[in-house]
Amino acid sequence: MATPVLDKADEAGRPEPGFADSPYITVTFRIRRFNPEVSAEATWEDFALEIDPKERVLDGLHKIKWDVDGTLTFRRSCAHGICGSDAMRINGKNRLACKTLIKDINPEKPITVEPIKGLTVLKDLVVDMEPFFQAYRDVMPFLITKDTNEPTRERFQTAEDRERFDDTTKCILCAACTSSCPVFWNDGQYFGPAAIVNAHRFIFDSRDDAGEQRLEILNDRDGVWRCRTTFNCTDACPRGIEVTKAIQEVKRALITRRF
Amino acid sequence: MSTTETTASGVGPVEGAPVHSADNPAPLIEAPRLRTKKTPKSTRGNFEMYGWLFMRLSGVVLVVLVLGHLLIQLVLDGGVSKIGFAFVAGRWASPFWQMWDLAMLWLAMLHGANGLRTVINDYAERADTRLWLKGLLYTATVFTILLGTLVIFTFDPNIR
Repeated sequence: MATPVLDKADEAGRPEPGFADSPYITVTFRIRRFNPEVSAEATWEDFALEIDPKERVLDGLHKIKWDVDGTLTFRRSCAHGICGSDAMRINGKNRLACKTLIKDINPEKPITVEPIKGLTVLKDLVVDMEPFFQAYRDVMPFLITKDTNEPTRERFQTAEDRERFDDTTKCILCAACTSSCPVFWNDGQYFGPAAIVNAHRFIFDSRDDAGEQRLEILNDRDGVWRCRTTFNCTDACPRGIEVTKAIQEVKRALITRRF
Repeated sequence: MSTTETTASGVGPVEGAPVHSADNPAPLIEAPRLRTKKTPKSTRGNFEMYGWLFMRLSGVVLVVLVLGHLLIQLVLDGGVSKIGFAFVAGRWASPFWQMWDLAMLWLAMLHGANGLRTVINDYAERADTRLWLKGLLYTATVFTILLGTLVIFTFDPNIR
């Protein structure tokens, strides 16, 4: 479980579960289970765990998968809030399971864990991310320059120019924002906050020359104008990106471009 | 040559009986929100942008028009008790109030209709439902605007 050095420290300082000053508490995980090969219906299943409240929701899911029920299915890769694999709806709010401490979400009550909404559930907490990545690909999230030759040196940029789009470079494509957006829930044709954030990252990059094309793509019927500024995306973003602000900046760029 | 046992499908024995096979495939899960060839072609016009701008601008103008209207109708000069045929006839004798009411009618109706259009787009899930709701909305909007405009311009104070 940990390195030998830590194990020694554990033996010395940390009491076993069940003792009076044990850090372990009993937490109920209420997980939305779905297996299309067994039933067409999704159901809630409760798991009671002895767990340290300073651990994360992902640790609880690991305990369940490794020790209780191996059929529990969820995505996670790095487990440290960078890869963006384990976005899920925890206690009704989109979060990364690997960045949510149990003590921060009231362990007295059952902790509900559901797949993110608006995308097709494949099994348990795993959803089909294809519509999400389709919208991402549609905004051309890569550097496009006018000069066709390979550059012979680095493309320079001032600190101010870099600062312009700094916030939107933080996106890890976890889909927490897009799957919290009520407009995306309706028909999934709206580009969604994540795609607009990643378009923003290049539209406002002084080294990129295709900002105009990307603005035209987002001027679509299902582009930025479907945003209702409900701020669900900004609340959901585990990286603290000001998503709604980025969407508004794209709207403003579209209008100032025209007038 | 080999003594390893394999089934006809080439899959070795596993825990439990295999539920699905080539003849009895697992159910295919359709991704209903995927962008396919059937997805309506995107509209790259400026209509949505002008719609969005119109909502903001008409909203600002309506604040003045509607609050002014309410103040005149309900508060000043004895409140609602003064409102009657003569009061309306007196106001519409002036082109200024005709234009005020005309602007209020058009802006409020278009503002409200565009707002409802986005609500229908956001909440109606089936294409048929959308079509019918929007048809009803546009019909009611055009009818109200035309009728109101007609009344403002053809109002006859001497009618009996």
